[in-house]
Amino acid sequence: MASNKKYWKSVEELDQNSSIVETLKQNEFAAPIPTDEFLGNKETLEASSTTRRDFLKYVGFTTAAASLAACEGPVIKSIPYVVAPDEIVPGVANYYATSIADGFDFANVLVKTREGRPIKIERNDLATHSGSVNARVHASVLSMYDKNRLTGPKMDGNDTTWGDLDNAVASKLASISGDVVLLTQTLASPSTSKLIADFKERYPNVRHVVYDTVSSSEALDAFQAKYGTRGLADYDLSKAEVIVSVGADFIGDWQGGGYEAGYAKGRIPKNGKMSRHIQFEANMSLSGANADKRVPVTPSQQMQVMQALAGNGSAAGLPDNVADAVNKAKAQLQKAGSKGVLITGLPNVSAQTMALNYNEAVGSVVMDASHPKLTSMGSASEVANVMNGVISGSVKGLITVGVNPVYSFPNAAFAEAYKNLEFTLAFAMKEDETASSAKLVAATPHYLESWGDVQTKKGAFGLVQPTIRPLFNTRQFQDCLLKWTGNESSYYDYVKGYWQANILGGASWSQTLHDGVHHADVVLHMEESVTEMESSTNNGALLNGAQDGLELTLYTKTGLGDGQQANNPWLQELPDPITRATWDNYITVSAADAAEMGLENTYVANGALNGSYVNVKMGDVVVERVPVLIQPGQAKGSVGLALGYGRKAAIQAEMQTGVNAYALYNNFNAVQNVTLEKVAGTHEFACIQLHNTMMGRDIIRETTLEIFNTKDKDVWNGIPMVSKDHQEIPVTSPDADLWDEFDRSIGHHFNLSIDLNACTGCGACVIACHAENNVPVVGKTEMRRSRDMHWLRIDRYYSSEESFAGDTEKKDNISGLSSSLSEFGEMEHAAANPQVAFQPVMCQHCNHAPCETVCPVAATSHGRQGQNHMAYNRCVGTRYCANNCPYKVRRFNWFLYAENDEFDYHMNNDLGRMVLNPDVVVRSRGVMEKCSMCIQMTQKSILDAKRDGRTVKDSEFKTACSAACETGAIQFGDINDHSSEVYTQKHDDRMYHLLEAVGTKPNVFYQTKVRNTNEA
Amino acid sequence: MYFCTVILGTKWWCFYEMKYNQLRAKLMDNNITDRMEKVPYRNLPSTLSFLWLALVLAFSVNNTALATTVTLPVQAVDTAAGEALFKANCAACHKLYKKATGPALFQVGDKYDKEWLNKWITNSQDMVKSGDAQAVAIFEEYNGAVMTAFPQLSATDIDNIIAYTYTPKPVPTGVAAGGEGQPVAQEGGLSNDVILAALSLVFLLLVVMLFLVNKTLRRIAEANGVEYDQDEKGKPIWKAFIENQFLVLVSSIFLLLSAGYFAYGWMMQVGVDQGYAPVQPIHYSHRIHAGDNQIDCNYCHSSARKSKHSGIPSLNVCMNCHKNIAEVAETTLAEGQTEYGIDYNAEIKKLYAAVGWNEDTQSYTGETQPVKWVRIHNLPDFVYFNHSQHVTVAGLECQKCHGPVEEMEIMSQFSPLTMGWCINCHRETNVKVEDNAYYEKIHEELSKKYGVDKLTAAQMGGLECGKCHY
Repeated sequence: MASNKKYWKSVEELDQNSSIVETLKQNEFAAPIPTDEFLGNKETLEASSTTRRDFLKYVGFTTAAASLAACEGPVIKSIPYVVAPDEIVPGVANYYATSIADGFDFANVLVKTREGRPIKIERNDLATHSGSVNARVHASVLSMYDKNRLTGPKMDGNDTTWGDLDNAVASKLASISGDVVLLTQTLASPSTSKLIADFKERYPNVRHVVYDTVSSSEALDAFQAKYGTRGLADYDLSKAEVIVSVGADFIGDWQGGGYEAGYAKGRIPKNGKMSRHIQFEANMSLSGANADKRVPVTPSQQMQVMQALAGNGSAAGLPDNVADAVNKAKAQLQKAGSKGVLITGLPNVSAQTMALNYNEAVGSVVMDASHPKLTSMGSASEVANVMNGVISGSVKGLITVGVNPVYSFPNAAFAEAYKNLEFTLAFAMKEDETASSAKLVAATPHYLESWGDVQTKKGAFGLVQPTIRPLFNTRQFQDCLLKWTGNESSYYDYVKGYWQANILGGASWSQTLHDGVHHADVVLHMEESVTEMESSTNNGALLNGAQDGLELTLYTKTGLGDGQQANNPWLQELPDPITRATWDNYITVSAADAAEMGLENTYVANGALNGSYVNVKMGDVVVERVPVLIQPGQAKGSVGLALGYGRKAAIQAEMQTGVNAYALYNNFNAVQNVTLEKVAGTHEFACIQLHNTMMGRDIIRETTLEIFNTKDKDVWNGIPMVSKDHQEIPVTSPDADLWDEFDRSIGHHFNLSIDLNACTGCGACVIACHAENNVPVVGKTEMRRSRDMHWLRIDRYYSSEESFAGDTEKKDNISGLSSSLSEFGEMEHAAANPQVAFQPVMCQHCNHAPCETVCPVAATSHGRQGQNHMAYNRCVGTRYCANNCPYKVRRFNWFLYAENDEFDYHMNNDLGRMVLNPDVVVRSRGVMEKCSMCIQMTQKSILDAKRDGRTVKDSEFKTACSAACETGAIQFGDINDHSSEVYTQKHDDRMYHLLEAVGTKPNVFYQTKVRNTNEA
Repeated sequence: MYFCTVILGTKWWCFYEMKYNQLRAKLMDNNITDRMEKVPYRNLPSTLSFLWLALVLAFSVNNTALATTVTLPVQAVDTAAGEALFKANCAACHKLYKKATGPALFQVGDKYDKEWLNKWITNSQDMVKSGDAQAVAIFEEYNGAVMTAFPQLSATDIDNIIAYTYTPKPVPTGVAAGGEGQPVAQEGGLSNDVILAALSLVFLLLVVMLFLVNKTLRRIAEANGVEYDQDEKGKPIWKAFIENQFLVLVSSIFLLLSAGYFAYGWMMQVGVDQGYAPVQPIHYSHRIHAGDNQIDCNYCHSSARKSKHSGIPSLNVCMNCHKNIAEVAETTLAEGQTEYGIDYNAEIKKLYAAVGWNEDTQSYTGETQPVKWVRIHNLPDFVYFNHSQHVTVAGLECQKCHGPVEEMEIMSQFSPLTMGWCINCHRETNVKVEDNAYYEKIHEELSKKYGVDKLTAAQMGGLECGKCHY
């Protein structure tokens, strides 16, 4: 055993008397087939006029009719091109490099297209200085095939033509007197910046204001005050030895995100060293979950922590354990010197300045202030001016681009004022809250249908190119600007001309377009919207602590982010990495606060979670009926709520989930004081937290850096022993095996390595797997019944801070009343601040697979390349395999999820089905499915090599998850190729197999998690 | 009397032909496209009509159709040599009776001065450049299409070619007229079918006659008061059969088994569409393209080498050749009409309509109508099949699975495309490992393991479920 720590998935598990946990342990499927629904009611059965004989007749007739009808196949039409494009070969994928820049996510990506349809987003390996290709970016391809998109321009609610719209805009702009605001997302586009300048010159009453839906205004103000230009400092966390974060969820979306790759590099122990990460935060965030030490503190305390760490403040007054942690962190930071970094997510200019000053003072090699990130530009005070201007009437016209202020502005009066505004023009992809009340609506294309450019970081450029002809009658913002400024050229020509003149400096346009990225140390004159900084309204305000309420920290979830892609079923169904809840946002409350307020989370018999409702009050603003989720590790006195939910306009009914937290985003500040008030009712969560418990086995292996460095491998990562003839032998020994080993040394033998140290739980792999393997979306009610279809899940385990050495012994000795008391104490302590471990689990492709031996129809069998095959057409749906799988990775199609009105997601409409991968079968009702180790990808790599008559390179073997993994936590390859990366991993000391004692000999292996617990 | 029969026969023939044409037209209108309609008796009408005619023939004298003879003007020069030269050099752009890339050349010698023609053919561009009014006019009429210079042609050659251009347009022969009932002439000899039919008719007549004679004799006998033995009413045979339980048992077992055998056979063919030859929107003859003209399969189905799909060629591929081939040769046309009832030229017109090609202006109109071909080889969705694996890597002939396509007038599914068929081939076929670096290591190791030099696809792992089902 790696450690004697006790892991748990939910607080419920800590209660040994919980009948629900016991029930779930016994059942692979949480709910039985509901036969009682139609057989249970005796009265209806007797009232029915259909006798048993009639029933049999009907059955016989329908069976005969169905089989007769099946005798003739359908006629299938094939329609070839009239003139085939040169680059398209049916059946062969094309890749194009482009960039996403939707104002919240910025990344350089590769787009995989088949027969002209984009079907998948992949990472662009050439991009070294851009944001991460996270779950939302992976899912963005589905947002293009959204049937709720605008199909053309609109005027006063009616469809119109572009010509009419152009005329209307021109006449309005010419006639209007007074302030017209062009409110855009952060475009970070050099050429658009120039276009906007031209536009402003033509229409001098137009003012450009950048509005970041989720604001980084304070950090920008701090940076601008210190360095003169507006931007965000960039951090290369791979160089860090000590990372201290105060409320900055840098693995999440803090300042645009994209730090996990560098972070993970430093987290893998190399030469006995790894970085030390200390996190002070209120909500349990991804960063906190990955930290070596996490200290739950409320935002107001964080301010003091910040002062103690960076300034001359002291930790006095803070709770003892926090003060202690602060002092130790400070000492470690000092020791690390320039290899240390202090970052903060506090929405407060002075806190941000302190962090910048500290890093500057110690000469931190981690921080890069000379090449700031340009992906966030908005100023909260300017945006507030616009909002108030519209309400007061001083702003006469509003043009919105890529933002949705009617939904996301905190002031409820804005919506009404916007409706009555003289001139409203919304550039929108969907008829969202803003577009539906705007007088003029310009339908914009998705980024996969557009041209463009982006400068994510000073000197790091990316190009946006269309990968499909626009699906609808849309025109992009830049083309409209060109038209309205009287420029006849297309935006493509404009971008090309701009780049050739200003950026490329002799480099080839075609090559740059091919690469998608370009690095040049050119200084562009970007139009800066904030020329003069006003004194920030957020400076020092708040953060004094709530007098009689709770401190709310608004955050963004991995799935929905700022809410732009709320109509994307993949993202709705992506379980939150921490809470494992889907299709919802909720207020996270600490167990202590919940107990005080009488808020409850209960588990019902089928393993689903129910929670109380509260009204969240902030002054006059009340957000009603917010579900409560008790979050282990939430700082007492603080609550958390995710932005981006509660959208209604142009959102399918199923996806109108959660509550709109932007109402609480007062002053665009993520920290607010609120009070909670319990209201009646029970919320049903679709939370896959308790599903398929692992029954307390040795699932996660974990050790500390100290033990890892000093002790023998057997101590911290021993091979389980089994008894044979009363002799202990290792389970890997051939004597312990029932089966004769199959010779796998010839040909390829695929293995997958998952490094628990590098996995941050970001969920990009889950979405990539969705896209690659046509995994269906099942909806909230099915999720609640634990019928999720994710082939790859990321399990999240909590464990208490201390190791539980000798725990078993203790438990044996205690009995009776004292036993339950001690368990209660244990629960109290553990739930207050647990450690978190993430573990991606997919089919383990066991060489001795328990599922294969129980299948009555041999639908699942083993290939010599190590993959466990699943022949869907052979499966009859007995579900024996799932019952016999020790890893709980098999997924059953309880329903037909494609072309079924009951599951009205992307697979139920022609547009959404365009995203399906043509190389993978769409499974039907009643069959089992599971991870195939992306056999279609390995087969393709092999075939490519065969066709070229060469051997396969190690880098060619990939799975969707390994290709999507930013941190390199998931590695895939051929272990018969001894030069491969995965071969080295397999022989690493940290390597272990999941449930090795069972003797399944999986082809997926894990690397033991090492925590740097070094406090000095 | 046989005149009557002939008329009747002709009418029947016409009727069948009409029915058949209606059916065809219906099919072409896509009226019945929901279900896969097999047309196994496509040739039945014609077979029947031939049968009938043969019968008629048996009782009648042969009458021969009058052949129209066309007298050709005799030329002093060698038209045969001219024809050869024309086909080698000119036919790519010129046709005799119709405009193509260049003007129609029928009787071109009358239109222009001989000297001028000689100069033009030897080097037309020189004349255009020198500003010859006639030359410039032609050059402009044909949108500035440059005619290749032919300095290699001698004056005699040119004379021969010009002489060839006087070949008059052949008058369409009688076969083209559908309703006249002339295919009699083609009947070479009496086929077995005909003899058998005649024999069975004779036999039937004999049976009828025997019955009638018997009846008459009996009546006469009765009238004459002759007594003859009446069979004693014994036990009916079915009763005897029922009483013999052993026989009943054996025969019911036999019946059950044979019913089972046939039921199994019938069920196993459900979903197997071997021989499926749907009517396509454009009658495309693989026989002419791949057979007569020897066009390589990969020319049109080029993606078979690099993709999982063999690819149905886009219409621009058709136009690579058909831009210049608006009409088929006379003999081919006749063959199509007589043997398959297809006017090939009309089919080419359909292609032009689909691709939007205006023959008169020799240009694209831009109005296209993509062709909705009916897919013949339909693998189920749960099977992954890759053409390039088989064509490029394994080096298989297309005919191995698709049969003698070059002989198929109407494309049909040759192989059953069942899993058993795939598996059998994978068991029997050796993997082509030569000159492929990918296979070097695995071939060496597996050869050692199995102790063989050649490895079948099965030994390479080609029978694993997951290789085709994912």
